[in-house]
Amino acid sequence: MSEMDDMDDGSGIIKKFMFLNRKAPHGTVYALEGLEVVLITAAFDQDVSMVFTDDGVYQLIKGVDTKGIEVKDFSRTYRALEGYDIEKLYVDQKSMDARGLTEEDLIVDVTVLSVDEMANLMAEQDVVISF
Amino acid sequence: MQFGILINEGPYSHQASDSAYLFARTALEKGYKVPRVFFYHDGVYNASRLATPPVDDRNVGARWSKLAADYGVDLVVCVAAAQRRGITDGVLGDNYRISGLGQLVEMGIQYDRLVTFGD
Repeated sequence: MSEMDDMDDGSGIIKKFMFLNRKAPHGTVYALEGLEVVLITAAFDQDVSMVFTDDGVYQLIKGVDTKGIEVKDFSRTYRALEGYDIEKLYVDQKSMDARGLTEEDLIVDVTVLSVDEMANLMAEQDVVISF
Repeated sequence: MQFGILINEGPYSHQASDSAYLFARTALEKGYKVPRVFFYHDGVYNASRLATPPVDDRNVGARWSKLAADYGVDLVVCVAAAQRRGITDGVLGDNYRISGLGQLVEMGIQYDRLVTFGD
């Protein structure tokens, strides 16, 4: 159970929610505001998966320092996801390869999936929300 | 069939709100249910009553208000996204209301489909 299961829509229904993160962390607001939805969904005790693909893989890279661009550094939130029972984190192999990244470059433990594996995982979901 | 709609972009600069409106209106006309539309990210700007577009163009925010009046659609604006962008109760158009992200998650849980409009 979630540690912050103070939210309930009263239905008792648990659905599979996938959050598809496709954008770099700071050039647009999608990653930051997307994280807020992920946390709330977990608070509703839903079955949450997060996928990082395209430039979205940059949301997880080590060594982020936003001082120079004077925006909020929210990378710590990704490390805290485990505390919200959000442990299903997936990255797209092709997106990683295209950017010269490996799992060693990321701040959290992830499962790397091929395109086919990703497609299968998506097909299992009830709700896919893309940021 | 119940559709939930998520709009992630502001009016005029992006087709998201227009496409969502046409989708919602058509679904309602055909007898499907669209109980709620949720406005997130820059989508919260759709809710401003201060927008006064040229009269020879559509009024994106106002036509959502009318659709809500005609069909009882719940137009929900995310409070956190709205506060970032200066959208307050005082500037909301008719039939919009400000509430939390839980209203978005509920659409995903309770409705048959959640359809996202945005980049």
